[in-house]
Amino acid sequence: MHAIEFRDVDFSYGEGGFRINKLNFTVEEGEFVAVLGHNGSGKSTLARLANGILEADGGTITVFDTPLNDKNLYEVRKQVGVVFQNPDNQTVASIVEDDVAFGAENVGTPREEIGRRIGFALSAVGMEEYRHATVARLSGGQKQRVAIAGVLALKPRVMILDESTAMLDPRGRREIVDVVLSLNKKEKITVVLITHFMEEALLADRAVVMNRGEIVMQGAPAEIFRRHEELLTYNLALPRIGEISKRLREGGLDVSDTLDPDTLAEDIAKCVS
Amino acid sequence: MKEVAFGQYYPVDSFIHKVDPRLKLLFLIAYIVAIFLAKNFYGLAACAGVLLAIVLFSRVPLGKVLRAVRGVTFLVLFTAVINVFFYRGDTVLWGWKFLQITREGLIFSAFLVLRILLLVVCSSMLTYTTTPVALTDGIESLLTPLKWVRFPVHVLALVMSIALRFIPILSDETERIKNAQKARGADFESGGLVKKVRAVVPILIPLLLSAFRRADELGDAMDARCYMGDKHRTKYKKLRFTWRDAIVFFVGGALIAGVVVLRVYLGAPV
Repeated sequence: MHAIEFRDVDFSYGEGGFRINKLNFTVEEGEFVAVLGHNGSGKSTLARLANGILEADGGTITVFDTPLNDKNLYEVRKQVGVVFQNPDNQTVASIVEDDVAFGAENVGTPREEIGRRIGFALSAVGMEEYRHATVARLSGGQKQRVAIAGVLALKPRVMILDESTAMLDPRGRREIVDVVLSLNKKEKITVVLITHFMEEALLADRAVVMNRGEIVMQGAPAEIFRRHEELLTYNLALPRIGEISKRLREGGLDVSDTLDPDTLAEDIAKCVS
Repeated sequence: MKEVAFGQYYPVDSFIHKVDPRLKLLFLIAYIVAIFLAKNFYGLAACAGVLLAIVLFSRVPLGKVLRAVRGVTFLVLFTAVINVFFYRGDTVLWGWKFLQITREGLIFSAFLVLRILLLVVCSSMLTYTTTPVALTDGIESLLTPLKWVRFPVHVLALVMSIALRFIPILSDETERIKNAQKARGADFESGGLVKKVRAVVPILIPLLLSAFRRADELGDAMDARCYMGDKHRTKYKKLRFTWRDAIVFFVGGALIAGVVVLRVYLGAPV
């Protein structure tokens, strides 16, 4: 089943601004999709359209066989959770458990059930011991995990992360990526990870590259990253390992075109010996 | 500022800390009424006694309590001086031109000072023993009857709690902007009042812009989490009355009644 399906979707931010023309895009249930693109490529617009925060000018957006419209907006939002970029701008309450409860409270979940969901959501992101902590005192990665828990408390089937790792330090990014992977594998939640860190895209089942509101490349991440020249034209770089292996080959070393650090290390060792 | 939300909450586990925030708010109002109803030292002594008990039961250190008083030193001194010199009484102790000190004046200003001190200590006991979050919940719950006249109680409470949430964030941001402007040669310390006020503008404008941008994003994030006002909304944390609250309720009631009785039977201090 398609989790999310965009069919001929048109959207614009007004005359002369950014626009999307006849966009077609699907995400399968249980899939982990990475959406790549430089600033202004339309990847964040994609997230806001799928959740009904922005309304398409034309075409249809379907979420689990339900075409999105004004009437079922909140039903769809319960299924498609979005985590945004800045962890500070998406927490409503000062205490962790109060913030996680917010979404569940909004949709009228009974009290005991909210308590259970807070427990579930916080343990899914590894933050149980911070249940009564003050949000302002947490690190960036921890705040962002609380934001993820706040979305999880709504029991969504799809989770969209709109550059949720962009403002974090490497350790915070690692935390979020680990949580997302475990949600996808253990909880079977469909994940759309919007990012400009190429390393993160390597973990996905499928990578989608956007440029100026269009999908220009699609496929397995390893496949996408083999097309260096094409990526460069969309202002995207290779993941670090890919970049190193490319430069070594340019320098005349016989190493394979790989994105795996271990393979590259072995190849280099062979060349040196 | 990064401490527990903000304000002066003193985190210990005590009888007073556990009292329902609604009751604490109501008790504070009743207490203030009692202070103003008290017309003689017996009444104020009763109020002071109750307050002392509250301070002891709350386990907030006395030093902390006195620090709250320090903030109003000027007000207290000013009130005392004005009343000592200008209160017209019969028993003149000392006089010079239009200034005179009377026995009644001394007594009356002592009375006023005591009244101000009780007011300040009592209000700060509320904030020492109640988290801002609990206070917000309490205010929301107390204002619930206003829903009948279409007053947006839920929105008000949400605005208050979001404001509390953003105080540490915006205070960090102010610091950051200030440093950025300093790095570009801005001067916030020297010059007269006008110059200092002008120096604040380059901090205020970026701060406001960023606050609006944050508000916009927060709005999207709330939408994404299905926020639709208080329609069909449930609440995870419910306030509940317990035996502690019953005790506080009766103490508060007895205090007011006692003060009224003392007022009727014992008359004014002077």
